[in-house]
Order: sequence, then C-alpha cells, then structure tokens
Amino acid sequence: MASRREQYTADKFISLFGELVKRDLRKKYRRSVLGYFWSLLNPLLMMTVMMVVFSYMFRFEIENYPLYLICGQTMFNFFNESTNMSLYSIIDNGILLKKIYVPKYVFPISRVLSCFVTMSFSLVAILIVMLFTRVTFHFTILLFWAPMLYLLVFCCGMGLLVSSMAVRFRDVIHLYSVLTMLWMYATPVFYPIEAVPPQVAQLIRLNPMYVFITLFRELLLYGRMPGPGLWLAGAGMAALVFGLGALVFSKLQKSFIYYI
Amino acid sequence: MRSIIDIRDVSMCFRKENEKTDTLKEFFVKLVQRRLRYSEFRALNHVSFSIERGEAVALIGVNGSGKSTMLKLIAGVMDPTQGDVEVNGTIAPLIELGAGFDVDLTARENIFLNGALLGHNRRQMQKNFDKIVDFAELWDFIDAPIRSFSSGMIARLGFAIATEVQADILVVDEILSVGDFNFAQKCHRRMEKMLSEGTTLLFVSHNTDQVKELCPRAIWLDHGNVMRDGPSAEVCDIYLEQKAQA
Repeated sequence: MASRREQYTADKFISLFGELVKRDLRKKYRRSVLGYFWSLLNPLLMMTVMMVVFSYMFRFEIENYPLYLICGQTMFNFFNESTNMSLYSIIDNGILLKKIYVPKYVFPISRVLSCFVTMSFSLVAILIVMLFTRVTFHFTILLFWAPMLYLLVFCCGMGLLVSSMAVRFRDVIHLYSVLTMLWMYATPVFYPIEAVPPQVAQLIRLNPMYVFITLFRELLLYGRMPGPGLWLAGAGMAALVFGLGALVFSKLQKSFIYYI
Repeated sequence: MRSIIDIRDVSMCFRKENEKTDTLKEFFVKLVQRRLRYSEFRALNHVSFSIERGEAVALIGVNGSGKSTMLKLIAGVMDPTQGDVEVNGTIAPLIELGAGFDVDLTARENIFLNGALLGHNRRQMQKNFDKIVDFAELWDFIDAPIRSFSSGMIARLGFAIATEVQADILVVDEILSVGDFNFAQKCHRRMEKMLSEGTTLLFVSHNTDQVKELCPRAIWLDHGNVMRDGPSAEVCDIYLEQKAQA
C-alpha cells in the first residue's frame, strides 16, 4: 500500500508545488494588459481609496497614515485571498483526486504559496510608500520577513482547516465569507486599536492578525524592535493554527473521496 | 519476485446515506430527529487476485460490478474496508478526458502540470517534452490555451503524456475509442509496444473484442465478486453467454 505514496520524493514534491503555483500565477493575470504589474498597482490604488475615505469621513489620528494602511492591508489581503483560494482547492480538484493518487494537502498549500508570491510583489508598493512619505529607515526593517513568515504558516493552517471542512459541509463556504468580513473589522487595518473601547481592545489583542500586523508595523513604520512577548505570541498562534489545520485535514482527508 | 499488483481478500463497503446530507443544517436536523440512517453497500466482496510484471489483464463486468472501485483502490485514491492492496510500481493512469488539465493554460504548460500531477519531476518532463508533442501531433497549437482544443486533441495530449514517461503499470479505463481512426491505431500500436517492453497493462472495458485482442487474461467481476479469472477468450465467452441469458 505504501509503495506509491513513498514515490513522492523531494524533487517530485518541488516540481508538483512549482507547477501548481505557476498555474495560479499564470491564470491570475492572463489576458490582462498590465499583468504582474497589477500586484504592485492594486495595493497602491486600494490604499489611496481608503486614505481618501478615512481622511475625509472618519478621521483617525495616526502618524504616516498611508504606510499604516498599506502595511495592514497587504497582510490582511494576503490572509483573505489565500484562505479563500484554499477553501475551494479540494473541491476544484475533485475529478483528479478521484482518479489518481496525489497528496491532497498540496492543493490548499500551493494556493497559499502562490498568494504569498503575489504578496511579495506588493512589498515593492510598500517600499514606494516608504520612499514617498520619507520615513526614516531603521535597521529593524531588515526583519520584515519574520512576521510574513508567521503569517504564511498561519494561513497554511487556516487553508488546511477550511478546505477540508468545506468538502464535508459546503456551508463552510458561505459561512467563511461572513467570517472574513467580521475578521477584517476585528483587525485594526484602517483604525488604531486605541479607537475601540478597552474591553474590545483586549479581545482584539487575541486576534492573530492583529499580532502579525503589529509586528510588521513596529518594524517598518515605527522602527522599533517588538518585545519578546509579541514575537512569542505570534509564533505560538501561527504554530497552534497550523497544528489544528494539519490535524483536522489529516482526519478528514480519508473521507474526501465520498464528497467530491 | 513479488507480484506487481497483489489484491488479498479485499472488501469495500460504502456507507450509503439513505438521503444525502450535504449541509450542516440538514445534518443537525437529522441528527436530532435520529434520522441519520445508513445502509451498507458492498462494492467488492472478498476479492483476491495478483498480477505479475508484464501481464496484460482485463477487468470485465457490467456497470456497477465493482470495476471502477477496484481501479480506485489500485490507484490508491481509496483505502479498502478490509484486506490488502499492494502495488509495487508506478502507475500511469489514462484518466478521463480533461481531468488534470487546466483549460486556461496552454498545451505546453499543461504538459508540465499534468506530468507533475502524475508524479514526474520537471527534468523528466523536459526530456520527454518533444516526444510527447510529436506523438500528440500538436506542434501547431502548443502555445494555445487548451480551452480552444477539440475533445480529440485533448485526448491525444492526455494519452501522449500518460504513456511517454515510462511507468510500470498502465491503467486504461475504456478510452481507446477516443480520437479518430488513425489516432486510435497509433494508440493501439503504442500500447502493444509498451507491453512488449514489459509494462503491465490493466484494462477495463465492456468491449470483449478489444479485451481479447489486447489481453491474454481477463477477470470477470459481478456484484463485487470474482466470477471467473483465466484466459480472456474463455472468460469473455462465459461472460457473454451469461449476459445473453439475463
């Protein structure tokens, strides 16, 4: 029984992930004139819209609001996009999974990875905003990849979790769009955490997205080294969600075949 | 030497929900009302056989006899309820039209994607790329998205990819009728060549003529039981006789 599962050696895995990620990237901007340039342009446009809305309608006292916005928005968008793409990954590949043996988790994980590649392009947009707003560069910026890595692990876990649950109960698909909306409002992307009542703020501090975004902003925007508590909280939350996702996925994957 | 496929006392039961429960609400409503009833459906019943390296074996039987379930167990996409399925080699499945292809990608991109899904690395695919396109006769359309392809073209591409990279076992689920006459001939020749080179063939079909032509041995399944296992001419005749009576 084990033989054909053992055939998946490291180089085959890399090829498989590589092809799946390339497929997503190719499809994303196929037939668009600007192509990959959109990954850079889109965050800048979104940031501009939000800046206009929140500078004239609801005002928050935040220094360097453009950079504050784009940092939070880039990270939250990655979470939103990658988990939503994972959500359908098993269902979309149903016909294939019925016919040949492929390790099933490659589908949600590869979609998270392809979103991660697109997010990396968006980093250029953040750099542009940093140059434009003449933010002083601190050595802490060199650690920008660490919160991104946390977020990647976290999103892989969420992707495994939602993709496997969606196979059994399609309700998860509908529920998840509401959940991500709620999640967005519960994450200080465009408002400062000081703007909410203290009790609510306590809750928000338990939100993993808040932790990742705060780490990111501390390093890039404020040039401060976050304390060990925040680093540990981020690592712990990412590891916990990844573990949970992997556990649920491995429990449910045997029954996928009956529901796809 | 170990057999390439060894099926030992395999049973496969499906839990058939009397009504399909697809949504959470239905699930809980039924759970509360204690209406979550299952009936058991036995697709395979204590099936045992083994296939030696280089053999060409056909699985025959009417619809619902358990052929497809057997193929899924051999392909490793399902685990048996009981018994052991041992496969000692790589499998090249000639899967359904279009499964594993992405219609938005070009033929070139699909060759690498499909190859990776079949468990081949990029280097192997690069080595075989020209031969695949030659066989599929698709050089003129290599950079066109396959959504513009005819079903025959897609079938050609699928057959070329699955058979070009040498696998130990070729699983064919009645697709030989796809494509025009010339291409069917070409597929046939290639399968015979593979057989002469030691590839094991597992062929699933209703078409007893094709079975007799390609496979010296046939296994007849009926309602999940092995009815006959032996020389294909003999097994096919009994099978046809039985079918005529029913």
